[in-house]
Amino acid sequence: MKHFDVVIIGGGPAGMAAAIGAREQGASVAILERDVRLGGILNQCIHNGFGLHYFGEELTGPEYAERFRKKVLSDSGIKVYLEAMVLSLTEDRVVTAVSPTEGLIELSAGSVVLAMGCRERSAGAIGLIGTRPAGIYTAGMAQRLSNVDGFLVGKEVVILGSGDIGLIMARRMTSEGAKVKLVMELMPFSSGLKRNIVQCLQDYDIPLRYSTTVTRVTGKERLTGVYVAPVDDKLQPILEKEEYISCDTLLLSVGLIPENDLIAGSAIEMSRITSGAVVDEYRQTSVPGIFSAGNVLHVHDLVDNVSEEAYVAGTAAAKYARGAIEDTPCMQVTTGTGVRYALPQRIHKGEGTVRLYFRVDKVYRGMTVTARSEGVLLKKKKTMVLAPGEMQYIEIDKSLVMGDVCVALEE
Amino acid sequence: MNVYDVIVIGGGVVGTAVLRSLSAYHSKVLLLEKSSDVACGSSRANSGIVHAGYDAETGTKKAYFNVKGAAMYPSLTAELDVPYKKVGSLVAARKDGLPALTVLRDRGIANGVDVRIIERDEILALEPNIADDIVYALYAPEAGIVSPYQLTIAQADHAVVNGAEVRLEEKVIAIDKTQGGFVVRTEKGEYSARYVVNAAGAGGAEVNALVGEEAYVETHAVGDYFILDRKESGVVRTVVFPLPDERGKGILVAPTADGNVILGPTSRKVPHEQAEENAVTAAGLQYVREGVARLMKNVNVRSAIRVYAGTRTAIGSDFIIEESEKVEGFYMILGICSPGLTSAPAIGECVAEEIATKLTLAKKDSMLPLPASFRFREATPKEIALKAQEDPAFGRIVCRCEKVTEGEIVRAVHSPVPARTVDAVKRRVRAGMGRCQGGFCQPRVMEILSRELGIPMTSVRKGDAGSEIAPYEVKDGYETL
Repeated sequence: MKHFDVVIIGGGPAGMAAAIGAREQGASVAILERDVRLGGILNQCIHNGFGLHYFGEELTGPEYAERFRKKVLSDSGIKVYLEAMVLSLTEDRVVTAVSPTEGLIELSAGSVVLAMGCRERSAGAIGLIGTRPAGIYTAGMAQRLSNVDGFLVGKEVVILGSGDIGLIMARRMTSEGAKVKLVMELMPFSSGLKRNIVQCLQDYDIPLRYSTTVTRVTGKERLTGVYVAPVDDKLQPILEKEEYISCDTLLLSVGLIPENDLIAGSAIEMSRITSGAVVDEYRQTSVPGIFSAGNVLHVHDLVDNVSEEAYVAGTAAAKYARGAIEDTPCMQVTTGTGVRYALPQRIHKGEGTVRLYFRVDKVYRGMTVTARSEGVLLKKKKTMVLAPGEMQYIEIDKSLVMGDVCVALEE
Repeated sequence: MNVYDVIVIGGGVVGTAVLRSLSAYHSKVLLLEKSSDVACGSSRANSGIVHAGYDAETGTKKAYFNVKGAAMYPSLTAELDVPYKKVGSLVAARKDGLPALTVLRDRGIANGVDVRIIERDEILALEPNIADDIVYALYAPEAGIVSPYQLTIAQADHAVVNGAEVRLEEKVIAIDKTQGGFVVRTEKGEYSARYVVNAAGAGGAEVNALVGEEAYVETHAVGDYFILDRKESGVVRTVVFPLPDERGKGILVAPTADGNVILGPTSRKVPHEQAEENAVTAAGLQYVREGVARLMKNVNVRSAIRVYAGTRTAIGSDFIIEESEKVEGFYMILGICSPGLTSAPAIGECVAEEIATKLTLAKKDSMLPLPASFRFREATPKEIALKAQEDPAFGRIVCRCEKVTEGEIVRAVHSPVPARTVDAVKRRVRAGMGRCQGGFCQPRVMEILSRELGIPMTSVRKGDAGSEIAPYEVKDGYETL
């Protein structure tokens, strides 16, 4: 069995940034990536808008990935296993994988970084009503088919869900000559970025209807149309207002789910809200030596944040592997009014600053974000607009923290 | 013209059972199926239950073939390497349900089935999640679960390995009676045979009409189902039914032979023209949810990975399994609704034997076995290491959720009844049947189909003609891997 200081599961943006973080600490690193090359989902995101925060310039997904890939591949201290699917991970950090070139791979690890990303919610998961024809795709699958394989799934398109991939695909399919007839969102607000709503829908006169859903799909071999209806405040469709829209394509952009199947049933404590692990500020899970970062931890809207988070995790994983992380007592990070979750969920006592990332539960205007410990205000931040689709953070000074920290919105 | 001893029309579990049993004789047999694969009608979307046999009225064909078929399942599924488990079944009843259970029990005993009524303590030992007010149950330890489409495919494959032919996408449009036989015409060709077997399921009445036989009145009932994520598999161990009513056996909760949980079906009558539409309804799903809640606790319907509907076709109250009195040599196997899946192997054997006797076909000494399969998700690390060394494609996982390798998919494409569509691959190896429902692997499965079949990506279909998944090429740039 080969040993590495840090074994990283997943070679997307999170895995690559974690590898770079770990290497800067001098650790030996292995990346297990299931695709034929590093980069993950960035490889199919050929639009630009990546890297504004991290690199201070606007890059496409493949360009953003290439910057990391170059660095990783030129570093002889990083062993990259491609087409390697991880089958199991034990609590004492033995990783078993399989690949066509290496066969069965067994690695022992000083520490492990989980960087498996996320997957899309499917038609089955939302209980789509009607027939089962061709023509219904998750937005990411349609994106992969058009941007990697070079094939377009249809010409008359309706999109359910206003997640970022759905918005991006509305523009992409329009640019390929398809007619995007409608984008609808079950909630009264979008889960996508404001800039995507403007640049992908408004700029192309694509209508977006909130509080609306698909009630039924029709067609035997190929989709022929969808029925859509507004929903009431319990999100139930108002069938008297149902209308029919003919189309050959329905794209679903109805949510992303951290892909934590590998650790299902393990001792790692999970969050019901994020569907990812519960972590400290190093992104260490409840099982010492196992770290988690990127979309497998919680779904991000900007890859820049993924890179930053995974760099932190990779750095800490390397320190753990050489016994340089002290196990100091932790304080809990809790949430108050308006905040759906905050991450990390616990922080160690000590010095320095830490960023508490959070998402709000609906759209808020003119609120103040506060971080309090035992009622004492640690930090506050005035905001114009807060939306669930845009992750925020508030930075606190650890030395000021007395006990548990609560992130909340106040008038 | 191609001349056959027997032509079987319809590639469902019944038609393929007949074909397989006929291939045990020295014979030239052909199966014609209108869809792009076998198991495309009722055989792909039913509950997958091997019924013990207490439900059908004593003395009916249903009762006879049910009991006979159920007894064949353990050895048949072992021979064909089809997922099957004898898990037992419970008909769960409340306090006032004892008289109805007693009727079922007595019928079961009359049918020769091992059944007994058990009480709450014993029920709880079998099903810890049974609803609080269930105090009696009819326990049938011989009941089982099977993958109905995998059985259908394996029967067809086994027949082909033993010399039978299967032609897909050949809808029968005319049947002419000739001296000593028939000429069967499809849109693609003409085939002659001494015997024709109508096993066309929901299309059976139409096929009957082609020879001037009675166009039986069919009733088509659509049933909605949920399939739950594998992680819920511990919630139910046996097949749990409510007391049957006039609409059928009611909403069941059961494990599937592939490790998921199945909930359903409803029973909604539809006109003939909608019999193959299989549309899920919101009301149907709600009815299933309510039915499940009356039967079991802790069934997490929110963890569904798929909802779908299937149609079962009935004619009157019993199966029709007979040679036409009007048209000599025309055999009808119609109205094979529940317990049709359980009965199919026995029906196949019986019909094949009758036809073989009439045509004086000699039985072969033995049948050739199906080639050995490899299922990555069932293999040990050692087996995986060996297999991947032998062929790297068996070390390349395509479907992450169900752990299906490229090697298995390639093999399915080149199997005796070849998988030509994404759905056909899915039914054979489960690629795309997991929790992401093909979100990740479907484009890769399409690439493999395109490569192995030598067809453009734009022609790769989900199922039948007209179901191309990505029919157009993009004009703009894209990344090539």
